[in-house]
Amino acid sequence: MNDAYQAGPDGRGHFGTFGGQFVSETLMHALDELREAYGRWRKDEEFIRKMDEDLAFYVGRPSPVYYAQRYTAAAGGARIFLKREDLNHTGAHKINNTVGQGLLARHMGKKRVIAETGAGQHGVASATVAARLDQSCRVYMGEVDIHRQAINVFRMRLLGAEVCSVTSGSATLKDALNEAMRDWVTNVDDTFYIIGTVAGPHPYPEMVRDFNAVVGREARRQMLELHGELPDALVACVGGGSNAMGLFHPFLDDVDVKMYGVEAAGRGLAGGEHAASLCAGRPGVLHGCRTYLLDDDAGQIRHTHSVSAGLDYPGVGPEHAWLKEQGRAEYVSATDEEALGAFHQLTRLEGIMPALESAHALAYGFKLASDMRPDQSVLINLSGRGDKDVQTVAELEGLSL
Amino acid sequence: MNRRIKACFETASSSGRKVLIPFITAGDPKPEWTVDIMHALVEAGADLLELGVPFSDPMADGPVIQTASERAIENGVTLNTVLDMVAEFRRDDEHTPVVLMGYMNPLERFGRQEFPAAAKAAGVDGLLLVDCPPEERDDLGAAMDDASIDGVCLVAPTTTRERLAYLARHASGFIYYVSLKGITGAGQLDTAELQGPIDQIREFSALPVAVGFGIKTAEMASTVAQFADAVVIGSALVEVLAESSSSAEACAEARAFVAPVRESMDNMAR
Repeated sequence: MNDAYQAGPDGRGHFGTFGGQFVSETLMHALDELREAYGRWRKDEEFIRKMDEDLAFYVGRPSPVYYAQRYTAAAGGARIFLKREDLNHTGAHKINNTVGQGLLARHMGKKRVIAETGAGQHGVASATVAARLDQSCRVYMGEVDIHRQAINVFRMRLLGAEVCSVTSGSATLKDALNEAMRDWVTNVDDTFYIIGTVAGPHPYPEMVRDFNAVVGREARRQMLELHGELPDALVACVGGGSNAMGLFHPFLDDVDVKMYGVEAAGRGLAGGEHAASLCAGRPGVLHGCRTYLLDDDAGQIRHTHSVSAGLDYPGVGPEHAWLKEQGRAEYVSATDEEALGAFHQLTRLEGIMPALESAHALAYGFKLASDMRPDQSVLINLSGRGDKDVQTVAELEGLSL
Repeated sequence: MNRRIKACFETASSSGRKVLIPFITAGDPKPEWTVDIMHALVEAGADLLELGVPFSDPMADGPVIQTASERAIENGVTLNTVLDMVAEFRRDDEHTPVVLMGYMNPLERFGRQEFPAAAKAAGVDGLLLVDCPPEERDDLGAAMDDASIDGVCLVAPTTTRERLAYLARHASGFIYYVSLKGITGAGQLDTAELQGPIDQIREFSALPVAVGFGIKTAEMASTVAQFADAVVIGSALVEVLAESSSSAEACAEARAFVAPVRESMDNMAR
């Protein structure tokens, strides 16, 4: 049973009962085409060489695993290591995926790319790759997110992307995804849709996971080389779940390594103002796959809340839903307040300002480490840097910059 | 095959008439007007009714039906409410088929296995799930068969011949050809490009072919009716109804919208 954890999905994109292709007929052919193209290019030596080269010289990989000594001392338990995805070009793990999908789009002859974004990190990463590959790029972003992530909006525009404000529904990430899907249906012949997380219809959950799995492969090797052993636990934040899936996947069959996905508990799970679909949701169908989601009794998708725009999403990648049901990974949550606390704490103790998304993983990882022994270790995925969140943090604390 | 849908197409075919399918979003603009509007549509010449089940995230719909869905949800409309509306409609109309069009999640919440029987009891005849291709129907497919609820399949301009063969094996009732690459209510439908795809569908399936997405006027409807067995008009009608301020006004608008479409389609047939 051990090596079965890495085997998914099946040929039609199912992880157990999750995943699949819940899309309108117009997109079925495009998804088939994508699945075939990805299946071919992922094994192509030249494609792999180009990808590795881009990750090394453009993204700046491998990113280090850093032993956070003062943070460890403050927790007073297990050693805490940070996988420094914040040091990547554009400041988050998102670029691993867009480098891969951008290259794939070029091999498929698509001159136009579209993307959805919440915090703006995936939008920036898509615009970055599109600029370099000379592809036209349109990014859909909820109106609410455009306001809270103004700096990233400007970055995307500087990179030559067109940022489209989405006002329907809750005007956040889920609505941006709807609008990107509508664009794709309309322009399916010449357009490549770069989905930014491990959700959506097959083959996206698998493909985005594979492109991000470089995080876990490196981390596994680095822990063995530098510290002589695998960590006892992995911790990563989960919105759609791409950084977590990328870290977890290469460790799935190391059954002694525990895994914790940390969702956004917002103002608390009890009050309903959160974005914790695995902790507080149930299986349903959203954005092309069956997965855990947050909905009301009539099956309408609920509005979510998180201080972090990147986690403010009512669904989650189907492979996480499967790992939860298998009991292989555990899904927990951290509130806005806990994340803000972790943001300040890491900044002051280690001189590293984490993204508010990653701060959720830090908040839980810190608690976890403090309950563990000093000879044990916890590896936290520091999925992005916090520069983009400075404005949000200042506003929450009543400061104007 | 569902008996009402079968009878509807057989009657039309024997009298040389093309089937007119208006689409409205259930519960928009007001839930208490929907059944009246359904009757008005039939009086004005509709043969089969397509009732949209509102969903918070309608990925395949354009702005008109998106906002109609949002209004209906604000009005408290759920899948249960929609079934109640159909049951009420059935008290006065035993023969006009009703097809529900919607997305998967409200049905998941209702229960995939339970829904078809409940739909049948209410008087629903067919189900068109925009985001659920036959591959993903699973246990829903069998439950629909048991309840004689037709699973209407979408065919798109991007559908390959190979896939068309597959869809033809899984479709029942009629086949719904999505006339353009895009969302409901889009503007770039080229009616001249319909003949080829419809001929191709007929190679694989003996089911009637309905065409929808982007058909806005009586003229377009009659042009499409030259190639197809049925014509679906949605967004243009939903837009008209949205501006009504009473049930009577909405019904009058519905009649005024449908009657010329009916006439134009009938003139074409003659």
